[in-house]
Amino acid sequence: MLNLRLYMLQRITALIMAPLTLGHIAVMIYAVQGGLSAEEILGRTQGSIFWFLFYGSFVLVVATHAAIGLRVIAHEMTGLTGRALTGFTWGTGLLLLAMGTQALIAVTWPAGMT
Amino acid sequence: MKPVTSQESELDGQGVTLDVSVWRGTSEGGGYQRFEVPALENQTILDVVSWIQHYADATLTYRFACRVGMCGSCAMMVNGQPRWTCRTHVKKVLKAGAVQIGPLRNLPVIKDLAADMDPFFDKWVTAGGAHAPSATRDDPIPPVDPQDAIRVEASAGIECINCSICYAACDTVAGNPDYLGPAALQRAWTLLNDAKHDAHDQILDAVSGVGGCHNCHSMGSCTVFCPNDLDPMSAIAGLKRETAKSFFRRRK
Repeated sequence: MLNLRLYMLQRITALIMAPLTLGHIAVMIYAVQGGLSAEEILGRTQGSIFWFLFYGSFVLVVATHAAIGLRVIAHEMTGLTGRALTGFTWGTGLLLLAMGTQALIAVTWPAGMT
Repeated sequence: MKPVTSQESELDGQGVTLDVSVWRGTSEGGGYQRFEVPALENQTILDVVSWIQHYADATLTYRFACRVGMCGSCAMMVNGQPRWTCRTHVKKVLKAGAVQIGPLRNLPVIKDLAADMDPFFDKWVTAGGAHAPSATRDDPIPPVDPQDAIRVEASAGIECINCSICYAACDTVAGNPDYLGPAALQRAWTLLNDAKHDAHDQILDAVSGVGGCHNCHSMGSCTVFCPNDLDPMSAIAGLKRETAKSFFRRRK
């Protein structure tokens, strides 16, 4: 249940996700090894445009990539088609986007403004 | 040393039988029926099915033609795997003296072991499988270099005899009935690389729809089960590559 447009969208988001995932893992290892506390991490990320853009684009591509992937699984495993399948795809994407955005705001929005 | 024939083998005439389960029914319903079939030293699954039809139940429906692995019409599920029954020796698939024979997977069943091939061939056409000549009969015949890289890609798939083994083996077809399947897509890839075919863009469009090549998960059952040792999975990968290139090219 993939056409060329959805296929390309999933591949391109995968290409963007790959370096972002590596960056995310690298930051996690760095933070753990340095013994940074949650407050210290948030002190660096909150109000940072770089981290907002880094994790903002991460959330966007994950929501798109995962929604298309789950669409295929839903169709092949449950036989979902037509409007129900379109609704499922958009619903999954928007749910992931909302959850990701909530986390993004909590981590990168300037302290005291959330 | 004198060769042993099927008439005088150690198994023949010893009363040894095979426990054979054969699907009886249609897509609407049915079940496996058991038959005891005399075991022979040299015996194919098609021989077993023919024996049942000749000596046990004349109403058994099945399909075959050449009996030598050229026509592809005797393909069935043997112990859950798609096979040319004329080229499958009983000894190779027998499990504890028993074997299960059913109609091809992923296709409607007309009756018993005869699958309805219509969806398979309809998809073959939908994928752009009909040849569109690039020249008329009045034009000179353009030379084809067999060593040419594009021609090598085209030649890789031309031995397909449309037996539907790959279609029956494909789990993506099982989960997504709209999916065109390995044989149709391999045919599309063959024509796309054929210098004498004139509808390349139409092929790329035909394999880019909701049932197109992008639904393939590259599980590779088509390539594993193809009795002609063809490689539809790589052909489909080629289509994905070319459609991805055309995605950017056509947007310029």
